[in-house]
Formats: sequence, C-alpha cells, structure tokens
Amino acid sequence: MVAQNVAFWIFAAFMAAGAIRVVTTDNIVHAALWLVLVLAGGAAQFILLGQEFVAWVQVIVYIGAVIVLFLFGIMLTRAPMEAEEKLNNNLRWPGLAAALLFAGTLAWAFLDQWGSDKIKLTKPVRTKEIGDLVFRGYLVPFEVVGVLLLAALIGAVVMARKD
Amino acid sequence: MSHLLAFDIPGGWGTTLGIKTLIVMGLIPVGALVLGYTFLLKMMSHMQSRVGPMDPGGFHGWFQLIGDGIKFIQKEDIIPAGADKRVFKMAPAIVVMSTFLMFVVLPAGPNAVVAGALHKGQGGIDVGIFYALAVSSLSVIGVLMAGWASSNKYALIGALRAAAQLIAYELPLVLAVVGVVVQAGTMNLQGIVFAQQQGKIFGWSGIGSPFILTQFVGFALFMVAAQAELTQPPFDMPVAESELVAGYMVEYTGFRFLFFFIGEFGTAFVYAGLAATLFLGGWSIPHVNGEIANWIGPIVLFVKIMLVAFLMFWARFSYPRLREDQLQALAWKWLIPISLINILVTGALKVAF
Amino acid sequence: MLLNQFLLLSAFLFGTGIYGVITRKHTVLVLASVELMLVAVNINMVAFGATLNNAVGQVFALFVLTIAAAEVGVGLAIVLLIYRNLRSANPDDASVLKG
Repeated sequence: MVAQNVAFWIFAAFMAAGAIRVVTTDNIVHAALWLVLVLAGGAAQFILLGQEFVAWVQVIVYIGAVIVLFLFGIMLTRAPMEAEEKLNNNLRWPGLAAALLFAGTLAWAFLDQWGSDKIKLTKPVRTKEIGDLVFRGYLVPFEVVGVLLLAALIGAVVMARKD
Repeated sequence: MSHLLAFDIPGGWGTTLGIKTLIVMGLIPVGALVLGYTFLLKMMSHMQSRVGPMDPGGFHGWFQLIGDGIKFIQKEDIIPAGADKRVFKMAPAIVVMSTFLMFVVLPAGPNAVVAGALHKGQGGIDVGIFYALAVSSLSVIGVLMAGWASSNKYALIGALRAAAQLIAYELPLVLAVVGVVVQAGTMNLQGIVFAQQQGKIFGWSGIGSPFILTQFVGFALFMVAAQAELTQPPFDMPVAESELVAGYMVEYTGFRFLFFFIGEFGTAFVYAGLAATLFLGGWSIPHVNGEIANWIGPIVLFVKIMLVAFLMFWARFSYPRLREDQLQALAWKWLIPISLINILVTGALKVAF
Repeated sequence: MLLNQFLLLSAFLFGTGIYGVITRKHTVLVLASVELMLVAVNINMVAFGATLNNAVGQVFALFVLTIAAAEVGVGLAIVLLIYRNLRSANPDDASVLKG
C-alpha cells in the first residue's frame, strides 16, 4: 500500500497546485487548462480507489465535454492572449477567510469522525455491478436525470438561439 | 489498470511496464508511417494519378516518406512572437498522448495485451472500449490549445470548428459502440473478441459470429464518426487548406507538425484497430486457440486493420468536403437518431433471444 | 490508505472553489470554481463508496457528473446571452432588474 500512498500524495499535490492556479491565474484560458489538471487528478484518485468506471466518465464528461464548453464559452466571448488585471474583485481577504473557515470546519469534522479509518480494498468494482445498481436500485433517479438532461439541452438551445 | 494501482502489484511489474511502454511508443509511429506510406502516398497517387509521390528514389517512389521525414526534422522550429509559448509547445504532445493512451487497450492475442492481461478473458481494463473513447476525447483539448496559443485567427477558427466537430461526432461514435457492448455483454475488448470467436450463427460456428453481421448499422456509424473524429475528408473543414490555410496547425513547423501528423495517422491506425476488434473479430480466427494464437494474432489483427483503413482512406480520397452546417446536420439529425434506434433494436432483440 | 487523506483533499478543493466563487469576476471562472467544488464532492462520495466496498458511491458520483454537465451547458448559454446583450461577462453587470 506504500506505492498507492505515494501516488496519492503526488496526484494530490498536482491537484492542489492546479486548483490554486484556477482561482488565482490572470489568464482565463490558463484557468480552464489548470482545471483540466485538477479533473485528471480526480480521475487518477478514483482509479487509486479501484473505481474505474467513474474515473473514465470523469475524463469523457469533464475533460472531453465540460472543459471544451468552457474554452468555447471563453473564446466566443473574449480570449485575450495576455494576462488581464481585472479578473478578480476586491474581496480577496473575505473570500480567503470564508474558504479557510469552511475548509477548516470540514477538515475538523472529518478528522473528528474518521480519525484513522482505513480503506480496505478487496476487489475492483466491475462495470457490471454499476449497471445492475443503476438499472435496478436507482432506476427512478436515473430516469429523472435523463429528463433533466433533456430539459437542459432544450433550454440551452432555446437560450443560445439568435432569434 | 486497477490491478496495478489499487490491489496486488505482481512481481517484476516495473520491467514489464517498461517493455510495454517501449512497445507502444514504437508501434504507434510505425503504424502511422505504414498507413501514411501505403495509403496517403501510394494509394492516393494511384487513385488520383499523382506523379509527385511516385517519383523520388526510382522504384515506385519509395524514398518519398524518408525524404519527408528528413525535411520535417531538419526544419527550423518556429514559435510565433505573439504565441503563448508553453501552451503552444504542449498542444501537439497532448494530441499525440491521446493516441498513445487509446492504443494500450487493443488486444493482439489471448495474452498479448498491453494493459492488464493478468487473467484470460477478464484481463485488461474492465471498461475497455469506454476507456479508449474517453481518452480519445483528450485530443480536443490539445486542438483547442494549439488553435488558441498560435494567436492566429485562422488557427482559432480552425480549432473552434474542430472542437465542435469532435464533440458532435463523439456521440454517434459512443452510441454506435453501445450496440456491440449490448450484444457481447461486456465492455472489455478481450471479452468482445472472445464473444465473436466463440459465437454461433444459428448454431453454426464455422466463422464465429463477427458483429459486423448483426451490427452492420453500428459499423457504418462507427466508420463515419471515426472519419469525422480524424478530421479527414469529407469532414476536414477544421483543417481546410483552401479556406483556413491549415486550421489549427497553421503555425506549426518541423517536428511539432510531425507530431500532429503522427497523431492523425496514428489515430487512424487505432480507430481502424478498434473497428477491427469490435466488428471483425480482432486478432481471433475461429477455432484457433492456445499458444499459437498469440503468434498469429498480431498478424491477423494487422491485416484487418489494413482492411478497415483501406475503407477509411478510400472515402477520404473520393469525396469532396461537406459544408459546416451540413456536417452538424448530419451528426445531429441523422447519425444520432439512427444510432439510438440501433441501440433500441439491439436491446429488444437481445431480450427476445 | 486512510479514508481521511481523500476527505482532506476534497475539503481543500472545496475551500478553493469557495474562494474562486467569491473573488472571480468572470462568469466562466465562477462556473469553473463551482466545478472544483463538485469534483471535491465526487471524491468524497467515491472514497466513501470504496470504504464500504460497494459501487453506490460511484453511482452517486455519476449522477453528480451528469448534473454538472447539464449545469455547465445551461450556464454557458446564459453567459453567451448576457455577453451578447451587455458586452460583458461579469456577473455583477447583469443587474438590469435591480431598478
């Protein structure tokens, strides 16, 4: 389990650095590209946990579609090559305080509740199990999500139309 | 992959991983060059009566590809003054990386798999084909990075066109595969190959049961969508040289352009391999099992890849370019509805039989 | 592996996302920060699922992913609409209804 721990901390370091750059960088396109690093790191963590399917869904949905939509949105509005100085408002210190307060509370709660619980992986989750779960146990949520996606699709098309 | 990371790590995995990485790094450029030489240079010259590529070196223009290689490598590596240098340099690498990642799940024999292959039948990545399609979508990021970082309006327009096209055709590509997955009952490519090798057509096992016989609609959809994913004619608006110079590649020279070239033809190689594995039975020949299959498997797979690639390039050299709105209309109004109906029918027949 | 190392990572990412939502002035960047928070939630769910040795956490993460995709699609449509009408992507400029 040492190798897994080493891999975890490497990925975690990349994700933390990427996340900080996402919220601090002065270039919009760079922010979206740093977000790719965070999302790929998330997929890597899922694989470390033996949950392959959701990892690759993360890659195909987030990196393959959501980030591309972000880049599209940026490039269709304004994508300057050089850095901009007015991407942040003057709420840096309140924002930092709120973030620290929230993350600190969460961390305290986690440490308090699950102090040194270990993850014991016995077998990887097979795709078959997920299929069974989605189409047996969670069929209604699945259908609801499908309807939600359809509504979002139609809504986005209606809003983005020119006429 | 989860075998490697989360669970038991088999002894000697470091050496195995190193050898496998080297094999993949060698195979993709070789495959790309084979496709480029056979089809782009020779077949296109024959079909379109081109004289140039048939001339260098004497016999049949054998020197053309080597000459091209020398030209690319000794060219100056130019980065535009206004470009975002880091992103500009990273973009071709990301495009090539997605090709390399796609290749690792392709099985070439009962035990000849790059990723996994610990146990026969369930080796490799469990999500197999889904993994391949997921990492294939990484190239969109590379294309957008290349187009934006070039600080050239043609490059940006080409990149936006490419991204819209790749996203639109990702859907029929995935949906076309779903029919095969439903029929085989697994997403593991090795499992799909075994399902075809050991399948029967109404009790007759002479040729196994290649899924092209039952999933011919899926095969056609897959080929069209793969053609669009490769931005090959008739879907080459993103790199249309007469409208956009060369789209997102316009500012790239030398070996960075070579990266895009290898990415394009390597991806064609991988897509042909995926189509061969999903629909034509991959490395398998019916009733040929055991150790011998590990040796003839790669050859069989290569022959099938060349067969599928021939179809791809045949279409590439034969059809004129579509218009941008025709492209999107084809994806959203035709391919996606047809693939959904295909899934529906496949599911109904799977339940019925 | 400890369960907590995943949970603490997700707490950090969630905090970063909150900071981004508060300080960013470009709507697309605010959406990107929201994505950071959703990734943090997903890591939590998958980690809990792995602890319980079943796939339920993964299925919930799949639902979150789907909803995130829908949210981004609609969100970017709104951004484009605002940009088309106001020539600005700052959420603070969309205050016509304020009176």
